[in-house]
Amino acid sequence: MFFHLDFFHLVRTTDIISTVEFNHTGELLATGDKGGRVVIFQREQESKNQIHRRGEYNVYSTFQSHEPEFDYLKSLEIEEKINKIRWLPQQNAAYFLLSTNDKTVKLWKVSERDKRPEGYNLKDEEGRLRDPATITTLRVPVLRPMDLMVEATPRRVFANAHTYHINSISVNSDYETYMSADDLRINLWNFEITNQSFNIVDIKPANMEELTEVITAAEFHPHHCNTFVYSSSKGTIRLCDMRASALCDRHTKFFEEPEDPSNRSFFSEIISSISDVKFSHSGRYIMTRDYLTVKVWDLNMENRPIETYQVHDYLRSKLCSLYENDCIFDKFECVWNGSDSVIMTGSYNNFFRMFDRNTKRDVTLEASRENSKPRAILKPRKVCVGGKRRKDEISVDSLDFSKKILHTAWHPSENIIAVAATNNLYIFQDKVN
Amino acid sequence: MSQKQEEENPAEETGEEKQDTQEKEGILPERAEEAKLKAKYPSLGQKPGGSDFLMKRLQKGQKYFDSGDYNMAKAKMKNKQLPSAGPDKNLVTGDHIPTPQDLPQRKSSLVTSKLAGSVMDRMETYASGQVE
Repeated sequence: MFFHLDFFHLVRTTDIISTVEFNHTGELLATGDKGGRVVIFQREQESKNQIHRRGEYNVYSTFQSHEPEFDYLKSLEIEEKINKIRWLPQQNAAYFLLSTNDKTVKLWKVSERDKRPEGYNLKDEEGRLRDPATITTLRVPVLRPMDLMVEATPRRVFANAHTYHINSISVNSDYETYMSADDLRINLWNFEITNQSFNIVDIKPANMEELTEVITAAEFHPHHCNTFVYSSSKGTIRLCDMRASALCDRHTKFFEEPEDPSNRSFFSEIISSISDVKFSHSGRYIMTRDYLTVKVWDLNMENRPIETYQVHDYLRSKLCSLYENDCIFDKFECVWNGSDSVIMTGSYNNFFRMFDRNTKRDVTLEASRENSKPRAILKPRKVCVGGKRRKDEISVDSLDFSKKILHTAWHPSENIIAVAATNNLYIFQDKVN
Repeated sequence: MSQKQEEENPAEETGEEKQDTQEKEGILPERAEEAKLKAKYPSLGQKPGGSDFLMKRLQKGQKYFDSGDYNMAKAKMKNKQLPSAGPDKNLVTGDHIPTPQDLPQRKSSLVTSKLAGSVMDRMETYASGQVE
């Protein structure tokens, strides 16, 4: 059943947001941007005085994760844009996350400091060393409380393992390893080892002229540490089992929907390219996003998806201009809600779509400041395809294709969603009562 | 499960429905769009959609002549003013050598590069010994 979304919180960032991710408890929300910065928001503890006051997300930490670099060999610039952030499950007081740009993955530790040692024996208050001749007594520093400081430190840098551009990272359920995937290869890393990684998938042909597909996304199974999937630009998904061999070039399962050859057009392959693949929390299903649809696949059935949802089918008659302005290559992501009953993905004009898998109902909502006022319920939007346009509808020709929602995230257990609209981060929450 | 399939209207079925209703045109919307594109760019589709854009995708990233060029471009972005030349010199050499910023904006979409042939493709062709 659809809940009523309440506009809740809006943060304006200086740069275009390129990734959004909640941590495993939903207490923290991380965003990465085009300028290589990571901003982490923390949910406020619900006040005991006001029972119905929901926790707001406030800035917890900001740090520069990646800087622009120059590849001297190819004379190419390496963008600092953060492609993906993935959280590690919390194992102690500190938080850990992986952030990656096109070439380098970094493990960041975010920790709190609320005590400071004071009263050093050998140093004075400013930290300068004292003259040993003046020290006549022994003093042990004492920890005193201080204002909370949140520090982010890079703990590991995993570099020089990718010739092509990294599109995905995924933490394994063993919490000891993770994978990074670029256009042609997937590498397996151990968190402790930065100077080596195992190559587990390599689809680079011997002769590059024979290149027909690239890897577009990859993810580990949520519970089975030996299983992962990767999607391709040809609309296929391969499931691999690392127990089968060291190099998983031969898939264990191959998911592809047969295409009616009479429907084939110049655009067919481009719009079938999968831009995102996500396992359901249960691990039984995978969801894929291609240009016009979101599909749900049962891991036990390879020959077709079990569900297909039209995101914006009206764009089918606009493919020519979408090809010319490159929008046809936009990479939309998709997410599951905590119970795997609702799926969400973005569209143009700052619209995003939600599909309830059980009731088969869907809704189109808009992330915009004009239409959103605090505590006002989000109104469903509708795109008019042809014929007479009703008052509240928008016609396909009026859609703003520069306003695209590529990145969204759903809280792991509650109905709280984060939607990135260019450089604005919207947080919406289910209305209590 | 089969019931879900019928309700979901996979892409192919939608196309067919449109085909039925547009008996005058008798073509899928995608085909109409394809025809439009081919009319605008006749040389498109000589090679299959595959290799060209995949290659372009693998090459993503702004290309500079060398690291000096890159650093100059970054410095220029930071301060828009020209470095002041000594009173003896009339011109600063750097002004005469075009940098990517000075060139008129080229549309960097795949459409343009596939039609015109990117500089990179040409360089690689010459390098491999083939001449067009």
